[in-house]
Amino acid sequence: MGVTRGFLGRSRAPRDPRLPPGQYDAGTQWPVLTAEPTPALDLDTWSFRVTGSVDREQTWSWDEIHRLAPSTYEGDIHCVTTWSKLGMHFAGVSIDTLLDLAGVRPEATHVLAWSHTQYTTNLPLADVTGGQAWLAWEVDGQPLLREHGGPARLLVPHLYFWKSAKWVAGLQLLDHDEPGFWEVRGYHDRGDPWLEQRYQGD
Amino acid sequence: MDVGPDDDPAGGRVEPGANRPTAWQTATVVGLHDETPSARTFRLSLPSPFIHRAGQHVVVRLRAPDGYTASRSYSVASAPGDGSEIELTVERLAEGEVSSFLHEEVVVGDALEVRGPIGGWFVWDGRSPALLVGGGSGVVPLMAMLRLARAQGRVDQVRMVVSVRDPGALYYADELPGPETTVLYSRHGPPDDPRPVGRIRSEDLAGLTRGGVTPYVCGSSGFADAATDLLVGLGVAPDHIRVERFGPTQ
Repeated sequence: MGVTRGFLGRSRAPRDPRLPPGQYDAGTQWPVLTAEPTPALDLDTWSFRVTGSVDREQTWSWDEIHRLAPSTYEGDIHCVTTWSKLGMHFAGVSIDTLLDLAGVRPEATHVLAWSHTQYTTNLPLADVTGGQAWLAWEVDGQPLLREHGGPARLLVPHLYFWKSAKWVAGLQLLDHDEPGFWEVRGYHDRGDPWLEQRYQGD
Repeated sequence: MDVGPDDDPAGGRVEPGANRPTAWQTATVVGLHDETPSARTFRLSLPSPFIHRAGQHVVVRLRAPDGYTASRSYSVASAPGDGSEIELTVERLAEGEVSSFLHEEVVVGDALEVRGPIGGWFVWDGRSPALLVGGGSGVVPLMAMLRLARAQGRVDQVRMVVSVRDPGALYYADELPGPETTVLYSRHGPPDDPRPVGRIRSEDLAGLTRGGVTPYVCGSSGFADAATDLLVGLGVAPDHIRVERFGPTQ
């Protein structure tokens, strides 16, 4: 397509190599984009479950899940609406740890994450294993705020951030792909920011 | 409450074709006018027409000679029509690379890359009661819904409550007011306004939440949280409220 008349781009400084195509650095801002009211979840009744194609379905309370081996992520996050945040620090537990305790069955190929708000999102199993995904409850040393998905959200930072379900309640292991909330509404099933997989067909 | 993915209440509400891929096209700016000192409406002619649903948005992409691109999403303000033209209202943000360019540089006759329509959740088809609650520039997708209701002769289906800082900050000021709309002023109101100025309050929404109405809330994150908290306080089930929010937290 042609050049936009008069547009040079605001910054001619070298582009940060950490930014995928079409993304901009949001700096200190952290935009909030959700489709539903922000829930206030009670830690006393909060739970996280792993269900579906596993040997042992698991349910953890807030205290129980904090007794598992801690894990952290330092790096970048990318939202499909084109903002990225660079150099973030998240803490929580690795999804590998949770899946190992549940025992993933050989037929499992995908997961469907669901939230306490009934939001869902689908991911290939290969994208939430191998040290690539977390259940995160702390960011930059502070508890994760409600508007950012607190008390705990899924964190899959190598994919667009709608995959990192806020207020996540569990993972269902599936032997097939099952599109989630945004995916049935035109968003991409995988969402790799480096391939600009924003919408179905990208 | 702990619910599984099979309980997703929205699953059955997706329209056929909602996941149809959307292609880029080069639209032509055929009109523009200011809504407020910081908001401008752009009328775009689409070479590949599409009929959007009220509440949907499009992506606008700018391309520099060296291939650099910047894109942002903007809500469609016009009601669904024959698909050949749409209107976008763009708030100028101080640090907004795309919105600043659109305000400062774009004139009638310019070409803009657009893609859409996008979004299958914050949409209203005019066939069921809706309560539209907007803050500031959050009125834009709600205006598409109000215009749809008026075009269909079904203003009985819709009530709108819009909160703005002062009278000069109201978008669509010549068109929006009517018996089905209420404008709230948070800082300065007109001298004859009986409502004390201030942010949205429970009494501003009381009486509008009965009868299975679906609330659509759009605005900044702070406004959206305040409005949804008020609605829940008035007895609306949280999962009946549709929210579109924008803007950062620090």
